[in-house]
Amino acid sequence: MQPPVVLLMAGQQGVPQPEDKIRFEQLVLPHLDGAVNLARWLLRSPADAEDVVQEALLRAYRFFDRFRGGDARAWLMQIVRNACYSWLEKKRPSELMTEFNEELHHREGEATPETLAARADERQRLMRALESLPARSREVLALRELEGCSYKEIAEITGIPIGTVMSTLSRARERLQRTLTAAARKEAS
Amino acid sequence: MSCDLAQTAVHGYFDGELDAVGAAEFERHLENCRDCQESLEHMRSLRVALRQSDLYHRASARLRDQIRRRLKLQGTEPSAIARFGRRSLLALVLTPVSVAAALAIALLVVRPGIQTTRVTAELIDAHVRSLQPGHLTDVQSTDQHTVKPWFDGKLDFIPPVADYSAQGFELVGGRLDVVDGHNVAALVYGRRKHTISFFAWPARDSHGLSAMSGSRHGYNWSTWQSGDMQYCLVSDVSAADIGELKGLINR
Repeated sequence: MQPPVVLLMAGQQGVPQPEDKIRFEQLVLPHLDGAVNLARWLLRSPADAEDVVQEALLRAYRFFDRFRGGDARAWLMQIVRNACYSWLEKKRPSELMTEFNEELHHREGEATPETLAARADERQRLMRALESLPARSREVLALRELEGCSYKEIAEITGIPIGTVMSTLSRARERLQRTLTAAARKEAS
Repeated sequence: MSCDLAQTAVHGYFDGELDAVGAAEFERHLENCRDCQESLEHMRSLRVALRQSDLYHRASARLRDQIRRRLKLQGTEPSAIARFGRRSLLALVLTPVSVAAALAIALLVVRPGIQTTRVTAELIDAHVRSLQPGHLTDVQSTDQHTVKPWFDGKLDFIPPVADYSAQGFELVGGRLDVVDGHNVAALVYGRRKHTISFFAWPARDSHGLSAMSGSRHGYNWSTWQSGDMQYCLVSDVSAADIGELKGLINR
């Protein structure tokens, strides 16, 4: 009875089979954009996001045999999210402690011609406001407003209990609104 | 804000997460609650602003290629055109533009103009993608006699190539795109600091794209048929500028 057991073990060690390759390509890779978008908003840097996503994708591939069907997007994004938090813990631990990023927030106050020009741009304004929020707010807003995830999907990806997704989102939206209002007020004065 | 629901249930309602009974109950409350009405209005404008600001950050072509290479997903390196095709397909599935187009198709299958919606969505996609660094042109030249021969042997038709620098539309170059499963020629024109994509391909059958123009996510487009060729202009320049270039091309 030994050989079958060995075979089974080999299958579980994360050595992807040829058919897995095709499945991975069809099920997981289409969600690469979503993974990159989430990472970009969590890490606040497009370059870091691509690096972390690339490593996360390779890890996802190695552990693909653990994926037992279901929502491939949520599965991938969960892995990418965890990779992002590990990266933040290692590279920017202070960021996870601060509830509100004062440094970024205060930058709104500088009134150089450049920042004035940038402020006129709605996109810049929103981007800065979003980036000044705590990581948890950024991720739920990116998932809900940009990725269009349902509460259930958000819960699955972030591990936030489904019962508190709504209040987390509520807090995040309120923060964003407050930041935007404050920025607009500063601009007006 | 004094209403508790303005911080809680209103979000579930806005996100379509309340069940039918809960939603109906909330709507009754909403009628008489200023806090909740205001909160809902804020959320709406915030969502519109976020979605219109193009904040969604897509994977770059470089990342896609690197991952494919490292996973050895393709035994052979796919050709540039094949890569383009796959990317545009992926992008098509994921962009808001295409989601809107898919929805439009689902709702209005039999309506004429749907074909136009879908194809223009793809063309806008191709235009936006071309704006990423290094994607604008495959052949870069302001000389129509350099650009035109470049398409030779790459397409089974000859796109009209002309420079309109004198009229304020400078030929920048050309590239190949895959749209609706077919190769199309894309010419790139510069208008002040803006970029215009001019797509040309043979009209396939009797139901070519109707002459239509419109705007989507800040991009203006105009499509028309001339002889047996199908054309489309896409850009963030004004509709008037697009009309002007269209006039020059048709002259």
